[in-house]
Amino acid sequence: MNTAVLRTEARLLAREPGSLFWILAFPPLLLAILGAVPAFREHQDGLGGLRIVDTYVPVTVLVGMIVAGVQSMPVGLTGYREQGILRRMSTTPVRPSALLSAQMLVHALAALLSALLALTVGRLVYDVRLPGQPYGYLLALVLAVLVALALGSVISAVSGTVKIAGAVGTAVFFPMLFCAGVWLPVQAMPDLMADIVGFTPFGAAAQALNAATAGDWPGWSHLAVMAVWTVALSTAAARWFRWE
Amino acid sequence: MSVIEVTDLRKSYGGRAVVDGVSFCVEEGEIFGILGPNGAGKTTTVECVEGLRVPDAGRVRVTGLDPVADHDRVSHVLGAQLQEGRLQEKLTVREALQLYASFYPDPADWRPLAERLGLAERLGTRFGKLSGGQKQRLFIALALVGNPRIVVLDELTTGLDPRARRDTWQLIEDIRANGVTVLLVTHFMEEAQRLCDRIAVIDKGRVAALDTPAGLIRRSARATVITFTPSEPLDESEIGALPALASVEHKDGRITLAGSDETVNAVITLLARRRITAHQLRVSDATLDDAFLDLTDTTVTDPSMTESTP
Repeated sequence: MNTAVLRTEARLLAREPGSLFWILAFPPLLLAILGAVPAFREHQDGLGGLRIVDTYVPVTVLVGMIVAGVQSMPVGLTGYREQGILRRMSTTPVRPSALLSAQMLVHALAALLSALLALTVGRLVYDVRLPGQPYGYLLALVLAVLVALALGSVISAVSGTVKIAGAVGTAVFFPMLFCAGVWLPVQAMPDLMADIVGFTPFGAAAQALNAATAGDWPGWSHLAVMAVWTVALSTAAARWFRWE
Repeated sequence: MSVIEVTDLRKSYGGRAVVDGVSFCVEEGEIFGILGPNGAGKTTTVECVEGLRVPDAGRVRVTGLDPVADHDRVSHVLGAQLQEGRLQEKLTVREALQLYASFYPDPADWRPLAERLGLAERLGTRFGKLSGGQKQRLFIALALVGNPRIVVLDELTTGLDPRARRDTWQLIEDIRANGVTVLLVTHFMEEAQRLCDRIAVIDKGRVAALDTPAGLIRRSARATVITFTPSEPLDESEIGALPALASVEHKDGRITLAGSDETVNAVITLLARRRITAHQLRVSDATLDDAFLDLTDTTVTDPSMTESTP
């Protein structure tokens, strides 16, 4: 990791209003809008006494990660390859891998910041209680960020151009949002559907975050699902990635 | 001392030999040109020198080091400007210079470098907003910012206007005056003739000739060009019989002959014998352009090869 490259990439991400909006502003905004609906602030027996706005806090936390990992990062990485920026860096004493790891780290930090904003909006505006098991929550968050970055790396590895990376990213984006519970939070899904979604990276992440919110340690099976996806996707990305 | 040694370099893509046995040595402190038509293998050759490509066969040494196996050490002594390179669109000139300077243990001060390259007014401008010439100058600055012993410049004046091109040539001469060895890839004859101490002409993946610019011209069958307007028509067969004649052209009553010094003497003798006056007689050395066309396969038609003819 080269700190000058990292600083530069952080500065460059800060100059992308589109990425900033969708990663940092959109998830808390989505939560704020949903919470503004009075019916969504009523306790529901079907959700174990939770309100809909409660169930959407982990969802919006994951939305920021999915945008960062699947939409923003692959386009950046593929562009760096397509434009010869990685090649240019290959002729210097700093290896182009420094650029890749910097891209990943700034997107990871942006995703975590987005999660923090969503939690803050939930707590301050709608009085959503903070995670009862903070360490378990943090572990689930870190694993979710890792799997988002690994998924984004695979997209970048298989996409030859920025256009393809954008198209593949969008194709992956919506199923991932569904699994995270954007249309139907996992607590509200029928059991069978929730079980199936639990094998996908963000379905497992949603269930792990929910458990930690309720004060329990996240289920090991959900943590394991995320870890296995992370290893498998990272291996695939490393195998398929082309430097030029 | 040779700072770059390339011996019998070979590289194929998909079964097609792009570089097919290229050898040359670059001496410390010289400006060495690699000249050739598009697709001749120039860029692939220098990419092997830069360590960006692994040769199929042959040996490349940069200050005695293998650019692939010893990539890290080579990257400290060799600065590169790549063909068609780009930077992050929203990175400013100042940030790019600072960033690349930070990669090297003993970088050049980037401020005077930017000044000399005419980028001082553009330090706050983002890469995406620079003109083509400004981008090229920034790439030259990035190639030099690490204080390299060797700098490789690939097609650096392509896309520059004539003024900017001349400024860049002056800069390359300044770089060499500071003791830096320059490996220059170009298809501009005027550039090669003006700057290079020695030139390797590469055609179809091989070195077609390697000499000084003057040496290459002397080798050409068309080393001397004679033009004049005769006061009376000349007999075609007598012109055709001139010694060492390479070509004849007639245009608006003006005759252009290409050949050697021997041809010049014979023309003057012929005119005197026939009592013909040669109006506006001009005898000139052929340009590198003529020599180049002579040395490479002229069936390759590339307009850029002739556009720099003065």
